[in-house]
Amino acid sequence: MDVFNLIFSFLYQFGDAFAFLVLSACGLAVIFGMMGVINLAHGEFIMCGAYVSTSAAQAGLPLALAIVAGAVAAGIAGMVVELLVIRPLYQRPLDTIVATWGISMIVTQGTLIVLGPSMQGVGTPFGSFAMGGYSYSAYRVLLMAAAVGTLGLLWLMFTRTRFGLLSRATIQVPHVAEAMGVNTNLIYSLTFGLGAALAGLAGGLYAPTMTLVPTMGASFMVEAFVTVVVGGADIFLGTAPAAVVLGVIKAALTGWQGQLAGQIGLLIAVIVVIRILPRGISGKILKERA
Amino acid sequence: MAEQSRLRRALRLIEGPQTIGRGPKFWIGFALVLAAACIYPILADSYDVGNNVYFFNWLFMAMGLSLIWGYGGSLSFGQTAFFGIAGYCYGVLTINLGGAYGMTLLSLLLAVGLSALFAAVLGYFMFFGRINGVFLGIVSLSVTLVLERFMAQTAGPQWAIGSARLNGFNGMGGMPSLTIPWPGGDIVLFPGLPLYYLTLALLVTVYLALRMLVNSRFGNVLVAIRENPLRAEMLGYDIRKFQLAGFVIGSALAGLSGVLYTSWGNYITPASMGMTAAALPIVWVAVGGRSDLTTTLIGSLAVLIVFQMLTIHGSQYALVVMGVLLVITVLAAPRGIVMGVVAVAGRLTRRKEGR
Repeated sequence: MDVFNLIFSFLYQFGDAFAFLVLSACGLAVIFGMMGVINLAHGEFIMCGAYVSTSAAQAGLPLALAIVAGAVAAGIAGMVVELLVIRPLYQRPLDTIVATWGISMIVTQGTLIVLGPSMQGVGTPFGSFAMGGYSYSAYRVLLMAAAVGTLGLLWLMFTRTRFGLLSRATIQVPHVAEAMGVNTNLIYSLTFGLGAALAGLAGGLYAPTMTLVPTMGASFMVEAFVTVVVGGADIFLGTAPAAVVLGVIKAALTGWQGQLAGQIGLLIAVIVVIRILPRGISGKILKERA
Repeated sequence: MAEQSRLRRALRLIEGPQTIGRGPKFWIGFALVLAAACIYPILADSYDVGNNVYFFNWLFMAMGLSLIWGYGGSLSFGQTAFFGIAGYCYGVLTINLGGAYGMTLLSLLLAVGLSALFAAVLGYFMFFGRINGVFLGIVSLSVTLVLERFMAQTAGPQWAIGSARLNGFNGMGGMPSLTIPWPGGDIVLFPGLPLYYLTLALLVTVYLALRMLVNSRFGNVLVAIRENPLRAEMLGYDIRKFQLAGFVIGSALAGLSGVLYTSWGNYITPASMGMTAAALPIVWVAVGGRSDLTTTLIGSLAVLIVFQMLTIHGSQYALVVMGVLLVITVLAAPRGIVMGVVAVAGRLTRRKEGR
């Protein structure tokens, strides 16, 4: 029975780490995979989602709808940013990173000025359940389901819908897609909006479990970066397996030495991985397939 | 004789294709600025002099970033990691060794050496793994963010090296300032005249040395890699080694900034490695014009001064202004504002000559 409890505890830790890695990274991964742009304002879209969904929940909206509202708000903000700042820089991907960092500074400090140093959160819902003497948060189990669900929905979106088809055509050969009548600018705009909305979703989902401060986005950044670097450009062949591998590392180290050890472990893992698999897991898989 | 000609050849590299500013006009201007900088402390009060040293401290990191990013084309967002490592290392060493007998100078060398070593290890994995520019930026940024979080949790008494407490988020203080052993009484370099002249001399030396470096064969290869890595490789250069060397030199300069800053204020905190701290060098260098040492120097100094003025008069808005400045620079003047102004001025004078 003890062994069972131990295994369950580890699985819970792993699932928690996996969900956090997938949800914090998938917005960044979609934008990077499709457009080759690393969005350093990713954390601020997460913050935006968290703030909007919390305000909506406090205004009386059910939590699920509030989270969706947060994702939508972040998505719209993302499309505005794409239009104003990213679009003129398509030819200079490295400058895009710098520009999005500027946006990140503006938004973090602007939020601090307008909304103050912290915001009243909503408590974690659904309480907890006990298993073999330990208690676990039911909401965190829901987050694991949300991570898997998000990946599933993204897969359906990219393989089964017209938007998915056009966007895959656009990344493969942009000018041929354009010649075939695809409005590539619209696709880029929607993709960036999708990435931002996914970030907002992560923010909304994690808002009940965290303190809401303007710099909260930064606490997602390391995990998101690490997952995208290890995963490479493809979200399904990269981000998902990377989150599995890194989730095991993080859960093991966190259980052994605490939260920070988990993060340092992730960092060391990523530094070793770039030496062996410079293009990430998906780069390796796609190369072998080709 | 051979030695002399080698020296002359090295000195000739001070002007070259990779640096703007050549000919007597530029050097007369340089001499005038230097003379003004030498006279300045006599005219200003001691607070302003100390404050200027503070600005100078950061310029080493800015020039290092210009070498890595502007000349080498490698996007490093984690220069503050080396700044912090060297700063903490200096603090730990000097608290344990004391300030006498030139120990602070030894600590300076060791601290800068350690940050260079750390850069070499990290750079080995990054450059020999051949990750591209985008990933380089986020890996180096992750390193500095994790270092910040690591240092921020070292509050307990178990986090001490020798007699130096790391003090977690509150930062480490109480380390001695740089001290030069001198017959008839050590010279303690607290913010004031001696430190001002020492930092200025160091700044001029580093600036001129970097000018020679980027105009040498090494610098030319570095620029060739920035322009087209594949072509540089096909021409037979091992680009990984050149990139790594540039990264280590630039990071050692960030380390030098860290030591000087720690010695200047007798204080270093984890926040000096955080997201905001890491963004600021990017702003200075990008706004000034990263692809040239002189514009980086002028631009960084200008942005630092403006930032401090903003912090004094409307502290909350300073970072917003920095962010706006960065976005506008990237969108409108990708080569930096100094170069933008020079280009506009050049166009105007040329038009006049044309008439």
